[in-house]
Amino acid sequence: MRPRPETRRRAAPGQLLRATLTERWVHRSFGLLMGVCIATAAILYIGPLSIAVGRRSTVEWVHVISGAALPLPILIGLASRAFRADLRRLNRFSPVDWEWLRSKNRRSGRLPVGKFNAGQKLNASFVTGATLVMLGTGLIMRFANAWPVRWRTGATFVHDWIAYAIGIVIIGHLFFATRDPEARQGMRTGAVPEAWARREHRGWAEEQVAAEAADDASPPG
Amino acid sequence: MSDGAPVGRRVLLGMVGLGALGVVFGPSLQDAEQRLLAPVQNHDPTGLSGLVPDGGGFRFYSVTASVPNRTVEDYRLTIGGLVDHPATLRIADLAAMRQTTLVRDFQCVTGWRVPKVHWSGVALADLLDAVGVKPSAKAVQFSSFDGAYTESLSLAQARRRDILVATGMLGQPVTHDHGGPVRLYVAPMYGYKSCKWLGGITLAGQVTPGFWEDQGYDVDAWVGRSNGRDDATTS
Repeated sequence: MRPRPETRRRAAPGQLLRATLTERWVHRSFGLLMGVCIATAAILYIGPLSIAVGRRSTVEWVHVISGAALPLPILIGLASRAFRADLRRLNRFSPVDWEWLRSKNRRSGRLPVGKFNAGQKLNASFVTGATLVMLGTGLIMRFANAWPVRWRTGATFVHDWIAYAIGIVIIGHLFFATRDPEARQGMRTGAVPEAWARREHRGWAEEQVAAEAADDASPPG
Repeated sequence: MSDGAPVGRRVLLGMVGLGALGVVFGPSLQDAEQRLLAPVQNHDPTGLSGLVPDGGGFRFYSVTASVPNRTVEDYRLTIGGLVDHPATLRIADLAAMRQTTLVRDFQCVTGWRVPKVHWSGVALADLLDAVGVKPSAKAVQFSSFDGAYTESLSLAQARRRDILVATGMLGQPVTHDHGGPVRLYVAPMYGYKSCKWLGGITLAGQVTPGFWEDQGYDVDAWVGRSNGRDDATTS
């Protein structure tokens, strides 16, 4: 039988398992590193903050180190089967996702949304793409002498604009999180209330309930 | 399972492609953007134009933890080393000397440029004449009262008329953030030569690489002819 990592641990009654310990660790580490990147970027970039904090070399060093480390949580997470399965879910757009994007009442529970809705999928791919672009342009700026001057200027230009885009997307991400305590509980404890899952991710909730029932029917072995 | 088009991968690859295009065409885009924004930059009381990425305007690269505030009253500029008459000057002493004004672009070695900045103060050459340079002097060293920053020029460079010990900038006294009350302004060279928060001038036997020059930037920092850059000259 095909292993089902998400159902090996049992959730409390009325709860569904949504994120494994590894996945939550990946989310937290990535978030922490991104937070350090943003804070140090603000100090390097915003005049009054640059003046107030000073210490430009130290701040730059922290920014470069935390930026270079950004891919590490993802790469380590790839060792986890559950994480890889979720990456696949984030990558693929089903017909429901297109409908979700067009829908005016997408949160009504009408659509059988999968484990991630289309907005979460776009957020994940945008942040991944943006991180790669920031790494590439950051590399050009860090080792400035290895490239033509025009590349250096171009890399600075791209790095600065994408930084703004990332900032806006992350503000949106945090805004949605503040309005969704159950989703936050999922990232904190790994489990979410089944009622919430049926409302926000009906397709996934049904799939998950069926999987747990199948697990109950056949003893592990 | 959630099958369907791999939209995530497409978004990701699309962004990487756009990023690469941006690196190649970014310099032209940035020039266009700065031409558009330059007229408002120097006279923007809200400071909001500074929030546009690469929109132009000054950026602030402070290298120490904090820079002490010096007012017009407690500011002192000490001039020493290989001179006939070592001096300690107040703002009033500088104001009493022959004043020179310049309108020049300010070009940073990292790429940004602020067009047509108005500068005023005492030409360094006049200051050197006033204290009398000994024949053994070959270079002028500058130190910042931030406690860390240093710069220097050869004596021949320092005698140019387009190098100021600046007390005015953009039509007002140099503000603290811009390196006030007194800063150096070396018009023909990249911005890092224009030592902010100028505290001391020392005549010496040789040029000593300054703060950024220790980290690899050129000592002779002519705009357009150093640091591998080809910017239009500023003076």
